[in-house]
Amino acid sequence: MSENTGLAKFVFGRLTWEAIPLHEPILLATFLAVVIGGLAVLALITYFRWWGTLWRDWITSIDHKRLGIMYVILGLVMLLRGFADAVMMRAQQAIAFGDSMGYLPPHHYDQIFTAHGVIMIFFVAMPLVVGLMNFVVPLQIGARDVAFPFLNNFSFWMTAFGAVLVMMSLFVGEFAKTGWLAYPPLSGIIASPDVGVDYYIWSLQVAGVGTLLTGINFIVTIVKMRAPGMDVMKMPIFTWTALCANVLIVAAFPVLTAVLALLSLDRYVGTNFFTNDLGGNPMMYVNLIWIWGHPEVYILILPAFGVFSEVVSTYCGKRLFGYASMVYATVVITILSYLVWLHHFFTMGSGASVNSFFGITTMIISIPTGAKIFNWLFTMYRGRIRYEPPMLWTIGFMVTFVIGGMTGVLTAVPPADFVLHNSLFLVAHFHNVIIGGVLFGLMAGITFWFPKAFGYRLDPFWGKCSFWFWCIGFYFAFMPLYALGLMGVTRRLSHFDDHALQIWFQIAAFGAFLIALGIASFLIQLVVSFVRRDSLRDTTGDPWGGRTLEWSTSSPPPAYNFAFTPIVHDADAWWDMKQRGYVRPRSGFVPIHMPKNTPAGLILALLSALCAFGLIWHMWPLAAGSFALLIVAAIVHTFNYDREYYLPADEVVRVEDARTRALAAHG
Amino acid sequence: MVSSRAVGFLLALSFSCMALLAGCDMVVLRPSGYVAAQQGQLVVISTLLMLIVIVPVIVLTLVFAWHYRASNTKAHYTPDWDHSIPLELVIWAGPLLIIIALGALTWIGTHTLDPYRALTRIDSQRPLSIEAESLNIEVVALDWKWLFIYPDHGVAVVNELAIPVDVPVHFTITSSSVMNSFYVPALAGQIYAMPSMATTLHAVINKRGEYEGFSANYSGSGFNNMRFRLLGMNAGEFDSWLQKARASKDGLTREAYLDLEKPSEREPVRRYGTVTADLFDLVVNRCVDIRKVCVRHMMGAHAEPTRASARESIALKLIAADAVCRADGSLASALASPVYRY
Repeated sequence: MSENTGLAKFVFGRLTWEAIPLHEPILLATFLAVVIGGLAVLALITYFRWWGTLWRDWITSIDHKRLGIMYVILGLVMLLRGFADAVMMRAQQAIAFGDSMGYLPPHHYDQIFTAHGVIMIFFVAMPLVVGLMNFVVPLQIGARDVAFPFLNNFSFWMTAFGAVLVMMSLFVGEFAKTGWLAYPPLSGIIASPDVGVDYYIWSLQVAGVGTLLTGINFIVTIVKMRAPGMDVMKMPIFTWTALCANVLIVAAFPVLTAVLALLSLDRYVGTNFFTNDLGGNPMMYVNLIWIWGHPEVYILILPAFGVFSEVVSTYCGKRLFGYASMVYATVVITILSYLVWLHHFFTMGSGASVNSFFGITTMIISIPTGAKIFNWLFTMYRGRIRYEPPMLWTIGFMVTFVIGGMTGVLTAVPPADFVLHNSLFLVAHFHNVIIGGVLFGLMAGITFWFPKAFGYRLDPFWGKCSFWFWCIGFYFAFMPLYALGLMGVTRRLSHFDDHALQIWFQIAAFGAFLIALGIASFLIQLVVSFVRRDSLRDTTGDPWGGRTLEWSTSSPPPAYNFAFTPIVHDADAWWDMKQRGYVRPRSGFVPIHMPKNTPAGLILALLSALCAFGLIWHMWPLAAGSFALLIVAAIVHTFNYDREYYLPADEVVRVEDARTRALAAHG
Repeated sequence: MVSSRAVGFLLALSFSCMALLAGCDMVVLRPSGYVAAQQGQLVVISTLLMLIVIVPVIVLTLVFAWHYRASNTKAHYTPDWDHSIPLELVIWAGPLLIIIALGALTWIGTHTLDPYRALTRIDSQRPLSIEAESLNIEVVALDWKWLFIYPDHGVAVVNELAIPVDVPVHFTITSSSVMNSFYVPALAGQIYAMPSMATTLHAVINKRGEYEGFSANYSGSGFNNMRFRLLGMNAGEFDSWLQKARASKDGLTREAYLDLEKPSEREPVRRYGTVTADLFDLVVNRCVDIRKVCVRHMMGAHAEPTRASARESIALKLIAADAVCRADGSLASALASPVYRY
C-alpha cells in the first residue's frame, strides 16, 4: 500500500491511485457502464437543448411538486443500485457451497450487504417516502407550497449528495464492511481503519441534515398551512401519517446525527465513546442507533399506511371505515415507536424484566396496527372495488404484511428472539414488512398519483405485471429464508458447508429473478405509458374518482396549485364538494404570491459533499476550504431578499381558461 | 375455471414446500437441549396464538376482495357507511386480548428462560437434584475462532466444545476485540459476546451427538468460518475428552493467549493442558498484556477516588492519560509499577 508523502499528503490525504479499483473487473465494468450511460444522458440533454429547462424548472426549482418528482426519481435510480447488490448476494449464496467459494470474496461481499441495507433504507425508501409527501401533502391540504420552499430544495440536494457519496465509494475507495448500522468496535478505527466507515458516516450525515429539515418543513406546513375548515380531524389520512412521520423524523434524526458524530470523534480524534478501552462502551452506540433506528421504520411505514388508506377508499368508492380510529392508531404507533428500541438486542444480556418490558411494548404496537388492517378490510366490505394496480398492491400488502407482522411479534418474545435473532428468519421478517409494507405502499402511491404529476395514467397492463412479479417474487425470495432461519442459518454469510441448504438459496435466487422482472415491468410501464400518453391522458384531473383536494386540481396542477384556496367541510373534501355540485370559479382571479427559484440549495449541498469528501480522505485543505465556503454561501444566501414574486392575474386567467377549455372539450 | 386451476397450482406448490420442509433439519424447532426446546416451543405457541387473528384477516381480505369486486353488481354497496361502534370495539379488542395472552406468556417465558437464571430442571420430565453441580465453561470469542476454558478442570480448547449429557452448564462469555454472538441452535438461544463485558448463559444438552455452533453476529472478514463443534458426551466420553486435553503439552499462558488472539481463520482444534489462573478475568478486564491497566482498576480509580490515597489517584489519572496518548497498546513503563498491575 503506497502512501502519499509531503505536499501530496497535505493536499490529497490518503487518496492515492490505489483507491481506484482498476483490478476489480466487476467494479470496472460497472464504472464504464455508468460513464457511458452518463455521457449518453448528457449528450441527449445537449441535443434536445434541455439544459436551460433542467436548470430553471428542476435543479433550482423550489416547487414542491417538482421536488417531489425529483425525490422519486432519485429513489428509483438508487433502487436499481440497491437491487443490483441484492442480486449479487443472492447469486453468491446460491452457488457458494462446499468447495465452491462463489465469485465474491468476503472483502467484496461484506461491502455489498452493507451498501444494500444503507441504500435501500436511506436512499430508496426515504427519498420515495419524502417524494410522495412532497408532491401530495400541500395539494391535499389546499396549500400553494410547503412552508419553507427553499429549505425543501436544500433538503433534496443534501439527500441527493448523500447518495452521490455512497455511489462514489463504489469507484473511489470502498464502502463500509460493517453491516448497515456499523456497530462498533467493528466500525471503530482499529477494526476498520479504511475509508469505508467514513463514507458511511459522512453520506448519512449529509443526507441526514436534508431529512431533518424536511421533517421541520412538513410539520410546519401541515400545522400552519391547511385550508380553512380543515381541522385536524378532517385532515386526509395520508397527511395525518405524513405529520406523524415527520414528528418522528424531527425527534429521531438528531439522535442519528449525534451518535454518528460521536463515532466520528472516536475515529478522527481518538475519543473513547464506543471503544473497548478507557471506559468506552460499544453498547451505548447500539442503544443510541436503535433509538433512531426503530422510529425510522415507522417513518417509512406510516406514510405507506397513509397511501393504502387513500387508495382503498378511492378504489372501493367508499368512505374510509373508522377514520377516527385510524388517526388514533397512527398517533399511538408514533408514540410507542420510541419505547421499543431494545428489542433489537435482547441478546445483550439485559435482565428479564427489561427484556419483558420492551417485548411487551413491541407487541402492543401490533394492536393499533391490527386495527388499521381491520379498518381497510371494512372499507372494502360493501364497497365496489375497482382493480386498478394501486388496489392490487393494497390487497397484496394486506395479505403479505400480516405475515410479516406476525413474525415480528414472534421475534418480540425475548426467549423466541434468542433463537431467531440475527438469523435469516429475521432477514425474512424485515424484508416481509419493508417490501410487503413500505415498497408495496410506495408502488401503490406512485401509480395512484402518477396521473396527477404527469397528466397521463400509467399503463395498467404493465402495472399488473409488475405487481404480480413483485408479489410472487417476494414469496419465492423470502419464504425460503424463514425456513433457513428455523434451520439455524445466520445472516451475512458468504459461504456454506452444508449442501442440504443449497436448494433453499436457489429458490430464493429465483425469487430475486422474479422481482427483477417486476422492476423491469415497472420501467417498461413508464416507457409504454409515455409512448401511449395521448390515450392515457387525464383531462379531468380526477381520473380515479378521487376523494381529497389534490384531485380537484388539473393534472399536472398549475405552479400555484389552487387559484383560490378551497374551503373544507369534510375529511373527504373533494368528494364532499363533488356531492354538493361544486362549480369551478371562472373569474375574479387575483395575482398570486409565489416563491422564487434559487441555486442556493444546490450550492450549499455541493459544498457539504465536498467537505464530506475531504473529511473521508483526510484532505484537510479541501475539507476546511469547502466548510468555510459553505458558511460564506449560507450567509450570502441570507442576504438574498429577492425571494418572491407575484404571478400576475392575467397569467392565472390564462392557465385557468386553458383548463376550462380542456374540460369543455372533454365533455 | 381459472380460479380452480390457480387453487390447484397453489395446493401443489404448498405440498411440494411441505415435502421440502419435511426433508430438512429444523434445528430451532427440534433441538437437543432443554432450554432450546422450550424456546422452540414458545415460537410455536406464539405463532399459533397469532394465527387466531392472522388467518381470519387473510381469508376475509381475499373473500371481500373477490365478493365486492366492481363487476359483481349483486353485492351490497354502501358508499357512506364508515362507522360502527360494535365493530370498532371488536377490531381493537380482538388483537388486545391476543396481546394480553401473549404478553403474559412473554413475561413468564422471559423470566423462566432468562439466560442468567440457573436451571431447575434437566428436561421436562426430570427436575434438577439439589446436589447436582453445574459445569463452568468460560467462552472467549476471538478473531475468528472460539476459545473454551474449563476453569474447574484447568484445560482450554479452541473451536471444540464438549459437555456431558444432562449436566447443567454455566457459560460465562466475552469477546477479545469485536462483538460476536455465542450460538448453538441445538443447545440454547444465543447471547452476545462483547469485549470488556461478560455475559452468562445456562444450558443443558439432553442427547449425545455432534452439533454446530457459531457466531451469529457479523464480526468482520473471517466471520464465515467462526464455527465450532459442540460434542454432547456421556460421562465416560467426557472424562477421556478432558484427559486428551490435559495430555496436551501446550499451556495457555498470557503470552500464548496473546499469540492466539491474533486474527486467523479456520483454526483446527487446539488443546491446552494448563491454563493461567484467572485468564478469563484478565480477558474481560483487557489486561492479559502485562503492560496494560485492567479496566476494573481504571474505572475504580475514577469511581472511588476516596478509597485510594490522593497520590495514588493522581498517579492513576496520569496512567489513564498516558493510555489515551498511546491507544496502540505500547504503554509507558509507569504501568509496570506493581501497585497498579493486575
